[in-house]
Amino acid sequence: MAAFNIIINGKKHQVDADPQMPLLWVIRDIVGLTGTKYGCGIAQCGACTVHIGDLAVRSCMFPVQSVGDDPITTIEGLSEKGDHPVQKAWKEIDVPQCGYCQSGQIMTAVALLKKNPNPTEEEIHRTMTNICRCGTYNRIKKAIKQASQQS
Amino acid sequence: MKEGIKKLNRRDFIRVGALAGGGLFLGFNSLLSCSDEDKSGKLVDLNAFIKIDTSGQVIIINPNPEIGQGVKTALPMLVAEELDVDWTTIKVEQAGLDTQKYKRQVAGGSGSVRESWDSFRQIGATARAMLISAAATKWALKEEMLTTKDGMVVNKQNGEKIPYGKLVELAATLEVPQNVVIKSPESFKLIGKRIANVDNEAIITGRYRYGIDTKREGMRYATVIRPPAFGQVLKSLDDGEALKSKGIEQVLRFDNKIAIIGLSTWEVFQGAKKIKAEWADEGILEGTMDYREKLKMALSKSPKEDSKRKDGNVIAALSAASKIVELTFEAPFLAHNTMEPMNFFAHVKKNGVELHGPIQTPERTRTRIAELLKFPEENVSVMMTRMGGGFGRRLMSDFVEDAAWVSKLGGEIPVNVIWSRESDMTGGFYRPMYSYKYTAGVDANNKLVAWHHRSIGVGAGAASADSFPAGAIPHYQVDSDIYPSPVPTAPWRGPTHNFLAFSEQSFIDEIAHQTNKDPVRFRLELLEQVRTNAVGKIKYDPLRFAAVIQKAAEVSGWGKSKDHNIFQGFAAHFSFETYVAEVAELVKQADGKLKLKKIYCVADCGTVVNLSGAETQLEGAIIDGIGHAMYAELSLTKGKPDQSNFNNYRMIRMAESPEVEVHFIRSNERPTGLGEPGLPPAAPALANAVFAATGIRLKTQPFVKSGLFI
Repeated sequence: MAAFNIIINGKKHQVDADPQMPLLWVIRDIVGLTGTKYGCGIAQCGACTVHIGDLAVRSCMFPVQSVGDDPITTIEGLSEKGDHPVQKAWKEIDVPQCGYCQSGQIMTAVALLKKNPNPTEEEIHRTMTNICRCGTYNRIKKAIKQASQQS
Repeated sequence: MKEGIKKLNRRDFIRVGALAGGGLFLGFNSLLSCSDEDKSGKLVDLNAFIKIDTSGQVIIINPNPEIGQGVKTALPMLVAEELDVDWTTIKVEQAGLDTQKYKRQVAGGSGSVRESWDSFRQIGATARAMLISAAATKWALKEEMLTTKDGMVVNKQNGEKIPYGKLVELAATLEVPQNVVIKSPESFKLIGKRIANVDNEAIITGRYRYGIDTKREGMRYATVIRPPAFGQVLKSLDDGEALKSKGIEQVLRFDNKIAIIGLSTWEVFQGAKKIKAEWADEGILEGTMDYREKLKMALSKSPKEDSKRKDGNVIAALSAASKIVELTFEAPFLAHNTMEPMNFFAHVKKNGVELHGPIQTPERTRTRIAELLKFPEENVSVMMTRMGGGFGRRLMSDFVEDAAWVSKLGGEIPVNVIWSRESDMTGGFYRPMYSYKYTAGVDANNKLVAWHHRSIGVGAGAASADSFPAGAIPHYQVDSDIYPSPVPTAPWRGPTHNFLAFSEQSFIDEIAHQTNKDPVRFRLELLEQVRTNAVGKIKYDPLRFAAVIQKAAEVSGWGKSKDHNIFQGFAAHFSFETYVAEVAELVKQADGKLKLKKIYCVADCGTVVNLSGAETQLEGAIIDGIGHAMYAELSLTKGKPDQSNFNNYRMIRMAESPEVEVHFIRSNERPTGLGEPGLPPAAPALANAVFAATGIRLKTQPFVKSGLFI
């Protein structure tokens, strides 16, 4: 075990964890923020996506020891009132069905738009590889395009 | 069916009472038990469907489990429509399991809205009538002079208004009126509108707590190891290394399973990897290749004398036919792959157990757990969380049973038992593997006169005896058989229909091709025969069926494309009382490879309750259906699943998803199922488009193995 100082959503946390423990489980089981989801554990589905700095990272395979000083943002820290343009678009387009994968989808979309405010359809497809078994992909795409126009 | 008031039976009597903190509640007097009454004999608000407090806050209770099918929004809409309240001001609460208070707390069979259509509107209308009565008393006016608007009773003459909150205390003392008239469809203000999912805010901020997110004081995490192959038993266990692993507290052995209990999810997953266990085969372990041979052999023999349906004489008609058309289709096992893996919280105590988590069948689960742990049912509490997908997997209660055992054997600990994705995918309950064989006879006038459908499934039956084109063909026979196997199978979104529609609609396409008929016109001809002269019993309405087919042809421009690189395929299927027709449109590239571009969908689901929810169910079901038909397969080798995670079990992603255009037939009929019916026609529409483009008939899934796609 080792102690790590990590910043999540602007707040400092000292966590005592196995250095190999993926960031996902530190966030969920130690810090107790459960908006970031477990889906596959092998960085395939994207349900666990968080930001480290401005980068979208699949936290289920990212050891806590590799985080360093970069601040982490989870879905809970994306906005104070759920009013980030991407969140707003998600509500307006009524994207979620079961909703489980959506925090990862949103975090992926936010990082994409930050880097590329006007992505082409092709660029959206290339980045949005998160899995949704409910099949909400078309609404996700529509919401990203809407948020892109607004930002 | 005529719109009107359905006479409510005794179980549906509505009862009213005062809220504990002041206000009004209405509920169904389901079983006339005294459990709703406190010691003084006064009613308390436990069985409420509607609560209105003195501030005017309206709370509508959703009794059914939410799996993403949208009931938590749609059912309260039915109540709010009749109650005449501003949707944006109400709150929706999820009820726990309570069969004394609520009926049919199940998510399955696309039945929630279908079953609640009358009763939920009736209770809303009754509450509204009582609020009007209270206002009439207060103002000393006749009820006819009053109406309601957005949570207020309004005097029609002078426009004076009084909010519901000011009337609830008086209303709570009134007699419940009988058979209050419910709205006619023309006056719907909410039903048919686009209403966003009530949990959106909590979901998009990460605040919603799914079952897997359950945290309790002193709670432990656990995971369970099952035999690696179906048909194996646990022979010996060495837990030495696992117990030395960080964060691991206990290793338990129960049934044929091993539970690892510890301080965090990851630590118990790591601990599980250090378990050394020996497993013994209980018999011959079979795999996909073995099943393929067995199913083939079974279909080559004469069917048993227990046909599911027999119209006319198929054998004689086939031998007299001018032309025989025959195709055999095969379906792989499929995993459910809910994005939220199986999990459940359990805390067994001396006298009972608390269960909390994602379950489609809370009532059946409670019975099962009560039997297992030998508690009376009333000592087993079940709280349902919004589920990260169900698709039929959460109709089973195996993972709840595991949680209850782990809590009990672990020393009555509060515990969340969480499956890894690998456990979830390899742990069973699959869509059965099927083989379907169709033989059709066409007479000298090029008319379809005989149809023989034979099916066999691994572990579960496959045929639906009365599916279209039953009723249109004079000689029609359906035979179905089961090949027994230790592989656990379960309903999977659109059970039976999910593969039946693929094979049936592909076969109809093949017959149309071989008889030189347009696939759309051929279906309409068959339906016309049903309308004028149905053979045997039919469960579908040929006119409604024909209407979705015609409209799908119209909106998709069927047969009208001038682009030589675009090919269309047609399919239509009736399931869960809903009619759906779909047209798949694909593009053939210069190199001959195919890419699915778009699916047009027309549905007749009766009255559309929530337009946004209805569209999203169809869009999602179509993408889900295409995804599984294109890419998914769970194969077995010697009883062991070959796939274990999303790196080797392919799920559809955004880049492969077709555009989907949804249309509804305008209708005032009762609402019918919607969570499942969009899925079955998607795969055959695509396969029939592939046939149009290439002349190749796809008979097995996943389609990607054909090598025809980019």
